[in-house]
Amino acid sequence: MSGPSLMDSLFQRTLEDLIKGLRQQLIGEQAFISKALEEIRKEIKSTDLSTKSTALLKLCYLSNLHFHDMSFAAFHALEVLSSPRFSHKKIAYHAISLSFHDSTPVLLLITNHLRKDLTSTNEFEVSLSLQCLSRIANVDLARDLTPEVFTLLSSNKLYVRKRAVAVVLRVFEKYPDSVRVCFKRLVENLENYDPQILSAVVGVFSELACKDPRSYLPLAPEFYKILVDSKSNWISIKVLKIFAKLAPLEPRLSNRVVEPICDLMRKTGAKSLLFECVRTVVTSFSEYESAVRLAVGKIREFLVDEDPNLKYLGLHALSIVASKHLWVVSENKEVVIKSLSDPDPNIKIESLRLVMAMVSEHNVAEISKVLVNYALKSDPLFCNEILGSILSTCSRNVYEIIVDFDWYVSLLGEMSRIPHCQMGEEIENQLIDIGLRVKDVRLELVRVARDLLIDPALLGNSFLHRVLSAAAWVSGEYVEFSRNPLELMEALLQPRTSLLPPSIMAIYIQSAFKVLVFCLHTCFVRGGSTAGVSASASYESFDDLSIENGAGSTVAHGQTCTSAPITNESIVNLLKLVELALSPLLGSHDVEVQERARNLLGFVDLIKLEALNSLGQEENDSEQKGVEATKIIRLVHDAFSKELGPVSLSAQGKVPVPDGLTLNENLGDLETICSDIELPSSNTFSFGYPSEEKDVSSFSNLQIKEDSGQSNESTSLLAEHRKRHGLYYLPSGKNEVISNDYPPANDPALQGDNNDTASDLVKLTAESLVPKRKPNHSKPRPVVVKLDEADEKPVAVKHPESRDDSLSGAVRDILFGSEDILPTSSRSNLPSSNRKGKEKQHMITQVESKENVVGDGNSSSRRRKDHSHGKERRHRKKNAEERNETDRKEKESSSNHPRRHKSRQRAEEPLKVPPQTSVIPDFLL
Amino acid sequence: MGIRFILMVNKQGQTRLAQYYEWLTLEERRALEGEIVRKCLARNEQQCSFVEHRNYKIVYRRYASLFFLVGVDNDENELAILEFIHLLVETMDRHFGNVCELDIMLHLEKAHFMLEEMVMNGCIVETSKANILTPVQLLEKT
Repeated sequence: MSGPSLMDSLFQRTLEDLIKGLRQQLIGEQAFISKALEEIRKEIKSTDLSTKSTALLKLCYLSNLHFHDMSFAAFHALEVLSSPRFSHKKIAYHAISLSFHDSTPVLLLITNHLRKDLTSTNEFEVSLSLQCLSRIANVDLARDLTPEVFTLLSSNKLYVRKRAVAVVLRVFEKYPDSVRVCFKRLVENLENYDPQILSAVVGVFSELACKDPRSYLPLAPEFYKILVDSKSNWISIKVLKIFAKLAPLEPRLSNRVVEPICDLMRKTGAKSLLFECVRTVVTSFSEYESAVRLAVGKIREFLVDEDPNLKYLGLHALSIVASKHLWVVSENKEVVIKSLSDPDPNIKIESLRLVMAMVSEHNVAEISKVLVNYALKSDPLFCNEILGSILSTCSRNVYEIIVDFDWYVSLLGEMSRIPHCQMGEEIENQLIDIGLRVKDVRLELVRVARDLLIDPALLGNSFLHRVLSAAAWVSGEYVEFSRNPLELMEALLQPRTSLLPPSIMAIYIQSAFKVLVFCLHTCFVRGGSTAGVSASASYESFDDLSIENGAGSTVAHGQTCTSAPITNESIVNLLKLVELALSPLLGSHDVEVQERARNLLGFVDLIKLEALNSLGQEENDSEQKGVEATKIIRLVHDAFSKELGPVSLSAQGKVPVPDGLTLNENLGDLETICSDIELPSSNTFSFGYPSEEKDVSSFSNLQIKEDSGQSNESTSLLAEHRKRHGLYYLPSGKNEVISNDYPPANDPALQGDNNDTASDLVKLTAESLVPKRKPNHSKPRPVVVKLDEADEKPVAVKHPESRDDSLSGAVRDILFGSEDILPTSSRSNLPSSNRKGKEKQHMITQVESKENVVGDGNSSSRRRKDHSHGKERRHRKKNAEERNETDRKEKESSSNHPRRHKSRQRAEEPLKVPPQTSVIPDFLL
Repeated sequence: MGIRFILMVNKQGQTRLAQYYEWLTLEERRALEGEIVRKCLARNEQQCSFVEHRNYKIVYRRYASLFFLVGVDNDENELAILEFIHLLVETMDRHFGNVCELDIMLHLEKAHFMLEEMVMNGCIVETSKANILTPVQLLEKT
């Protein structure tokens, strides 16, 4: 094909034509673009470079602004690049920087073009190719072009030199060995007084220092000089950033630098520089009281400023100070609280964070009250932001800051009534969690739950359904604390419950079951006989972990009697109510609802006959006639009165793994079995309750259908399960406000355990399924609940380890090659930090690298941590190389000018000695 | 890398200039620009110019019908970036003479070139208007 003819190129549309054409297309823009693309595809094959380059330019435009793929033109771009005309070259470079990336196939072909232009005498050509290199450099390019970049670093054309300096960052990053060649020249540029060069060099060093500040400590004198002399705000800001990283590593350095920074803060008129000073002081010089005071004064000016930008930054700075000097936040409390109602959502969130930072166990009640009021008034988004942060702050570390749980529980109730509240799930978790963990609060909890259940309006709000399910569960489980179980029953069976989703409906029915059994029990058993003790006695005998079966319920009985006496008539009404409310549910489409309704109705049928009989002739021989019913009631009641405890996330890890197990194949079966269970969201803890409930319901089913002997058997199966897996059931008998026995969910130590036993968990879940399948289907459920977490953990844990092996191997190769003092001691903290890395992996790496660098003074452990990131790793290599470079330089050029030599000697020292020892001579003269 | 990307977007949310300093695929770019534009254009004059997005910050400023959005690392100095945006606008103003959206549309490659003079590899390398414009004007003559 001969390509487009002269005619084509004569009538080729220029970019301007294209843009104007595009602007006229109101509707058919896509069609227009695809037509243009077709033209471009044809034109770009032209042998005429002008036509070709115009086509390329148009393509760049479409790619840049209309997201059209231009990778097909990669080779054409290279062809245009070889044009002798500068304007063509420029277009080609533009196209290449836009479209090339590491996996572009023709990337290899560009090396010679770049080299040619890098050595060109035309400074603009050099500049273009440097610019391009800074965008597309990969390992090969960086390696091959290092000599050229090295030469340009000392070019006498400033225009070229500053670009060469800027490109070095990318070259170092891609090809760490280049550090050996270029680092010295880069440092020399630090002493240049031209602001253009200086600004570029300082920019490069500030990026480098972010990654590994320790390596650049030896350059502190140069940075200090720049800080003191600099006239340019931009340069000062960058140098401040460097010092913010360096200062924490070397106390004498910070002593030296803090004064100039304060001077700068006092003198400067530029807000950007002022803010940088403030930020530097509060992040890295927080132990210098006077400096902090000065900075805080400036922060206050920011806070009261009209400009929302300054206000935001002021709040932001406050949140940095908050970690070390909480008094600063308290001092500015009014402004912070006022900012909660700022028109800007970003400012509001920032101030919310600050308010939450102020929370302690003394003021949590007041602050929450204020916040809840704000939540009532604000828009849905911020309202939930507030509620979310209250919930997470209060539940931190197993409700560390909560002293008055009665208050907190009623706050939870109050929060769920806020119109915009969408935190149902979290509130649900906490209500149940608190119920399980804090015994003393149950009375109040039941009261709160009752208030929620009894309000028919709440049923209409789908965000509240989760809360209601928790309320239903709580009131069923702790019904003995209820003042009026009959009222509770009505609430649970009210017609509007039909609005609930089936899974929650099922919980309602189950709770109604519990309440009913409780009512019957108080009426019949407590009122009369002492028969049928055997069941409860056996029940108590095996379970030494259980607490108060007797004690708790007798107390409760006293209460119920005083407040709402349960009479025989009320029982009859109750049974009628149950029948009335549940009969329609027998036809429910949801099996769970249907089954539970059937259970409950079956139970009612069984009881009704006998109970009514006995009621009819209660005067004479109720003891004889009602004994059957009483027995059943007692059995069921006993089954329900078993206390449920929270289960630690790591509980399974504690169970030893039996030998000779066939593993994995069972996991597939598990899927099918547990798929129909609504798991409570088990982020922090897994509760046994839904599965336990199932247990209970299924064996009460047995009781109804078969004789009571059988039911005894199933009760004892549960008991057996408890006995065998006693470790799962945490001791819940503590009477402290917070039981400290079970570990917090995120306890690092425990997670460490999990690491080791990650695979064991899998085994275990399979194992505990096997023996129990036969007797009762629902038995293995408690383990199934775990499964959800168990198969999450291994993924999170195993994967990074294997990753790490390959990575650290590569890193070690490089580290060992140059550095013989590779720290091995910190290997132990590998798993946990790796897991962290893995978890955050989907987030972009930069944040974490910062955390690591700032937070950790020990460079060796830092190095280890960073292995979790590929990107980090590269910097790490580079830094190692830099050190090596300083080593090498020292050897080879001992007769350079003495000052440099001296600083090089220092450069070596932090490597050879442990980081903490301060053998480093005074940096600043 | 201080600056991750620079975007110019008009009131309607159409991108008028996009310069990235890290490689993103077209799809990633499309998604990113969509999210950012939704987030920033919904804000009003009384609200601050900084928006946290994913793991970086966006510093933006509106000039007439154009929004200038700069994505930066979290520890970058927000106010300095605002100054940078202003400098960019002033530079274009000086070159085009009262710059408007259309100027940037029709001279996209020139706007890119100016940006390249100012920013390299995510670092700001030139802050003097004269220095930025000299090569641009030189090239115009050729």
